[in-house]
Amino acid sequence: MPITRALREAAFAGLVAAGLAFPILTLGTELDQSNRLVLEQRWSWMAISAALVCVGRFLVLILASAPTHRVARAPLVSPALTRLLPSVSVMALFLFPLVMLFWLGPQGSLKWINNYGVQILIYVMLGWGLNIVVGLAGLLDLGYVAFYAVGAYTYALLSTQFGLSFWLCLPLAGLMAASWGAMLGFPVLRLRGDYLAIVTLAFGEIVSAVLTNWTDFSNGKAGIMSIPRVTFFGLPFTASENGFAATFGLEFQAIHRTIFLFYLILVLALITHVVTLRLRRLPVGRAWEALREDEIACRSLGINTVNTKLTAFALGAMFAGFAGSFFAVRQGFVNPDSFTFMESATILAIVVLGGMGSQLGVALAAVVMVGGTEVLRELTFLKEIFGSSFDPSLYRMLLFGLAMVVMMIWRPRGLISSREPSVFLAQKKNVSGALVQEGHG
Amino acid sequence: MSAPLLSIQKLEAAYGQIVALKGIDLDVMPGEIVTIIGANGAGKSTTMMSVFGRPRASAGKIIFDGQDITNKPAHEIARMGLAQSPEGRRIFPRMSVLENLQMGAAVNGMAHFQVDLERMFVIFPRLKERINQRGGTLSGGEQQMLAIARALMSRPRLLMLDEPSLGLAPLVVKQIFEVIADLNRNDGLTVFLVEQNAFHALRLAHRGYVMVNGQITLSGTGRDLLDNPQVRAAYLEGAH
Repeated sequence: MPITRALREAAFAGLVAAGLAFPILTLGTELDQSNRLVLEQRWSWMAISAALVCVGRFLVLILASAPTHRVARAPLVSPALTRLLPSVSVMALFLFPLVMLFWLGPQGSLKWINNYGVQILIYVMLGWGLNIVVGLAGLLDLGYVAFYAVGAYTYALLSTQFGLSFWLCLPLAGLMAASWGAMLGFPVLRLRGDYLAIVTLAFGEIVSAVLTNWTDFSNGKAGIMSIPRVTFFGLPFTASENGFAATFGLEFQAIHRTIFLFYLILVLALITHVVTLRLRRLPVGRAWEALREDEIACRSLGINTVNTKLTAFALGAMFAGFAGSFFAVRQGFVNPDSFTFMESATILAIVVLGGMGSQLGVALAAVVMVGGTEVLRELTFLKEIFGSSFDPSLYRMLLFGLAMVVMMIWRPRGLISSREPSVFLAQKKNVSGALVQEGHG
Repeated sequence: MSAPLLSIQKLEAAYGQIVALKGIDLDVMPGEIVTIIGANGAGKSTTMMSVFGRPRASAGKIIFDGQDITNKPAHEIARMGLAQSPEGRRIFPRMSVLENLQMGAAVNGMAHFQVDLERMFVIFPRLKERINQRGGTLSGGEQQMLAIARALMSRPRLLMLDEPSLGLAPLVVKQIFEVIADLNRNDGLTVFLVEQNAFHALRLAHRGYVMVNGQITLSGTGRDLLDNPQVRAAYLEGAH
């Protein structure tokens, strides 16, 4: 692209940014000493944002037009590494809490195991579950969090009302969520794409509205409290004599429960992963992918598209149900605020950013998205630069949006766009996503 | 003569208010190649698609192998031994050639997968070279071969092909039609073909039907139709 044209387009982008920044950034209201609102004008903010957009656009245009003769982009992770990665990372994950415990002690490691470990793994699991529906079967689901809520409330209600144990409730929660998944599946069987997205979005909102307003059932916004905490197969994590620590002759520490929760969610996530991998090689998994590619062709090949869609919805929902009951047992408290549309959007963003259908990509995206939020909290040194009222984690959505835009330019098909075929004749060969035209693969 | 394998009787179908088929009568005998030719929008593809229930017949009957399939769901029809290579090929672009072929064999639970796969490699050697490649990376002709091979993987008793020559170079069209002729001659495969390319289709087919505005106006052997002055004027002049 010639420099002059790039300059012109950059100037235009800057103008648009200035126009947008004027009402949002330039005009601000503040309270003065006598508590009156005064209009504050921050023209420098507008100038800075316009300049940033202008320069950014210019660089994108110039860099994008730089001659690249690469036919296919190399995959982000080399195939050899990809093959080794699963076993190595699973080992590392199993060692992670123990290493942290010995390194940082019970107090110091809590943050790492809980905020980073458990929190990220929950989203990895949710991402993998949604990956079945969105990535494999190609059914855009914007209300996935509804099944997460179903799982959480199943455990919360069954344990507080009927005293059922977590281990009994876990499969029940999965079953419950799966049947709700199938129930959502039925009315949307004929819908695809945008229409499906709208209905699933509505479904998510309905579930959250019911949980908020049906107070007799769910106790509304107040939520359900004092949900029984997780036990080590019956041994509670307490300082009592029949507690976990006493039984194993250990000194009681709160971290034991967190470590157990870490292993629990790790195993649950790995089950999700292994089941998905196995299913991909079975006829039903192949049918999901074929359905994503072309529904009409599927039908004429004798695939029962009704059953195929319902199993995808039900299985995806089941894993959300497992994750939901884990959420409830971890928090000890559930209320509808944990199951907002933002959660659905985050999980979907993880799947899309990761590269739809790629298990590794989804895991990476979960680490970046959820871990990134946690890292933002850590950046306290920024307070010294921007003043004590500066809270970096408030900029999460801004960075999230920026990441989305950058990804769409840089890797429109997600972090890991190559799809590994489920069967091979003779030798393995990865085909990069770049080799297939947009919208055709 | 034996009973027809596929019999379409007084078939009517519509897309909303627009009537596409106005009473079609058509028979396909076992071992035959039968073709429908006609202009764009005549209802050729609709006839073929309504066999699979899209659109559903609003009147009339479709009988396959003595059974009424007019209101059966598509996947059950496919399980009876009817395979279709739909218009525009519709292969699965992100899946490998091998996976595409597996999907074709899904109907009979992959019972004879290995044997059939070897057979496809003999019929379409190009597919063997491309076996681990993504469907979307194949050329148009290769994709058409894959679509036909995928349909054949279910060991159908009737193969329905919708415009196999669409968008292909003349040489590739010739290849594909030769394969169809071979399959019919050597394996006795019954073929029901919808084509715009009237010349090739009528030369290949035992019998043909000419369709105009949702109705069949002429029928006869492929040779007769090729020689018919009306057909020549409407569909063959200036062609080939």
